[in-house]
Amino acid sequence: MNTNFFELFHLPQSYAVDLQQLDSAYRDVQSQVHPDRFAMASEAERRVAMQWATLANEAYQALKKPLARAEYLLKLGGVDPELESNTSMPVDFLMAQMEWREELAEAVSSKSVPALSGLSSRLQSEMNAMLSRLGSTIDQEQDLAAAALLVRKLKFLHKLDEEIENALDAIG
Amino acid sequence: MALLQISEPGLSAAPHQHRLAVGIDLGTTNSLVATVRSSMPVVLPDEQGRALLPSVVYYPAEDKALVGFEAVPMQAKEPQDTLVSVKRFMGRGLKDIQTEHLPYRFVDAPGMVQFKLKCGQKSPVEVSADILRNLRERAEASLGGELVGAVITVPAYFDDAQRQATKDAARLAGLNVLRLLNEPTAAAIAYGLDNASEGTFVVYDLGGGTFDVSILRLTRGVFEVVATSGDSALGGDDFDHRIYCWLLEQAGLSQLGGRDSRLLQQKAREAKEALTDKLSTQIAAVLEDGSPINVELTQQTYFDLTRHLVDKTLMPVRKALKDAGLSTDQIDGVVMVGGSTRMPHVQHAVAQYFDKPPLNNLDPDKVVALGAAIQANVLAGNKSGDEWLLLDVIPLSLGLETMGGLVEKIIPRNSTIPTARAQEFTTFKDGQTAMRVHVLQGERELVKDCRSLATFDLKGIPPMAAGAARIRVTFQVDADGLLSVTAMEMTSGVQSSVVVKPAYGLTDDEITRMLKSSIEHAQDDMAARRLSEATVDATRLIEATQAALAEDGDALLDADERGIIDQALQQLSAAIAAQDEARIRQASDEASRVTDEFASRRMDASIRKALSGQKLSELG
Repeated sequence: MNTNFFELFHLPQSYAVDLQQLDSAYRDVQSQVHPDRFAMASEAERRVAMQWATLANEAYQALKKPLARAEYLLKLGGVDPELESNTSMPVDFLMAQMEWREELAEAVSSKSVPALSGLSSRLQSEMNAMLSRLGSTIDQEQDLAAAALLVRKLKFLHKLDEEIENALDAIG
Repeated sequence: MALLQISEPGLSAAPHQHRLAVGIDLGTTNSLVATVRSSMPVVLPDEQGRALLPSVVYYPAEDKALVGFEAVPMQAKEPQDTLVSVKRFMGRGLKDIQTEHLPYRFVDAPGMVQFKLKCGQKSPVEVSADILRNLRERAEASLGGELVGAVITVPAYFDDAQRQATKDAARLAGLNVLRLLNEPTAAAIAYGLDNASEGTFVVYDLGGGTFDVSILRLTRGVFEVVATSGDSALGGDDFDHRIYCWLLEQAGLSQLGGRDSRLLQQKAREAKEALTDKLSTQIAAVLEDGSPINVELTQQTYFDLTRHLVDKTLMPVRKALKDAGLSTDQIDGVVMVGGSTRMPHVQHAVAQYFDKPPLNNLDPDKVVALGAAIQANVLAGNKSGDEWLLLDVIPLSLGLETMGGLVEKIIPRNSTIPTARAQEFTTFKDGQTAMRVHVLQGERELVKDCRSLATFDLKGIPPMAAGAARIRVTFQVDADGLLSVTAMEMTSGVQSSVVVKPAYGLTDDEITRMLKSSIEHAQDDMAARRLSEATVDATRLIEATQAALAEDGDALLDADERGIIDQALQQLSAAIAAQDEARIRQASDEASRVTDEFASRRMDASIRKALSGQKLSELG
């Protein structure tokens, strides 16, 4: 099923998405296709319903989170963000990364919850700034190559954020 | 009957009679069956008016098994042949369970333990099937007809093996499973519809043997499970066990025989129940050797003995909140489910944790069965006034073994079902022509810490350099939370797949055979009726197919496809004319098989039409 997720939910194909409209459209699609609507139908029909409900869940996940949505828009635009293969990054970003990581290592070894929380909130605001740049890069400037670099950077930061969360859990 | 009952998505089929459907709460300690009658969910009692059926089965050497109240007294008399809390062993191997303090003779069978009984060997699936059969017969007697299906509840935290075992037990009991429904979700349905609530709710479900916590969002007719967590081996039984151990200590006893052990466990349970509303209780018993036990247990001592168990339930609660990204002040209500939530210190701990009194205006023993009955009624197509939709999640992550005994997660926990996810892997050695796919469930990183669900081999990979093959493994989880896995080598198209069957391996064929033999024993003289049923079904199939062909045949089928279907229908007509039951069934199966793809295409076209017909203005 090669369905465009935006079309499935009757939403304009853009980074900016009205989340309430997405939620509501998702529920509406599920209430049309969910296998529970066809519990008494034949096996063939239930199978098709399950495939559509699976698609609706996949589409919802792809559009709900901003980073996933950006990745999906790149895919639609035929741009591969090369998340696995392309690790080349601008020098200033790499320097910043190293500083983040040093701080994380220090906070972990001193088991400092305030240091980790502080790091986490600064990282969050950095990610938010990058996400809004991602929005204008895709929607206004329509520069998907630049967007791909932002997506790669955000993936780095996302991973760092996960490590901070794990460290907080371990202390917690 | 592949072509029957095609309707516009979201609409029910042609007008029909009220279909008999039930919800069954297959509990560790007690089981119940409920149905919707005059649009009200009600529990169906037995002939003596008792709603609960103790989940106890006694197997005599020769006669029929005794189920429920009749089996309860046998616990003390013949503990080895009287099975209680069998739910704890569903889908579990011998190494998974603590066997000390249990009077049973366990047999280590592949995938799932079995019990050695005087009457032979039984698996937990068969024992559960005996409980379910009892409830099915109760429901059919009470409702006066055959059931079209049942919704069976399972703890939300049940893994794939435990779910599959439950579904097998239901089928073995002759039930058509409309859906496996998570217990907390069932409770939320009963509560949500009762109170017409909107908001975010926590369901705290402490049963006899399992603990579940689910967080649900209720919005305009949609029940969305946001996160679920729990402990599938923590429940009221553990509280009994603490009292039991305390009793042994007080009485200076160590090793007990099976009967004494059973007797004291029963006394422990009675004491626990008494302490729900009393400040102290007297425990009195006489052991087999004639020595008496007589001790007083105060509520305070009991609370101290079991506080750590209550605290243990709060860990999954914390985890679920974290997964949902919510804090306690964002919770609109806490629903208490399961008999064990009657305990005052449990109520108190939950109230304190959420800083609000929990909801318990529905009977915690019945609420799960009532919710299941409501869902069964909707699934059976008995349209209730207000339609709603249930979106549930899988409780545990699913993954694959990769190099070095590590687990690569494919579907993360709390993903909304049905769901599918594919991941590509590659070969490790030059010229590798086969790959072992090992499917696991759990949150830990190492294979040995997760539950092994299935192993299968993808063979016939064309020899290539290491890392050149591209093997795509697809996980599909259906709306019951059950998994099937497909592996395909992308450059050659070599494919292999499994529906994840529990390793104890009751195949569909085996279940069908066991069912058939039980039915055939009872109904030797039913040949005439079976022929007449087969004829009616076959005639309906022909009519429905012809109607569908007239409507969509030209649009959806090419001439060859049409020819195959026409021929199958002719064969079926001939079989009906010959009045040969076996031939009719065979021709019906064949006709269903060849119309399967047509039915799929019609369904797909119908869904596409419905979805494209939506307007944004209608979505709000």
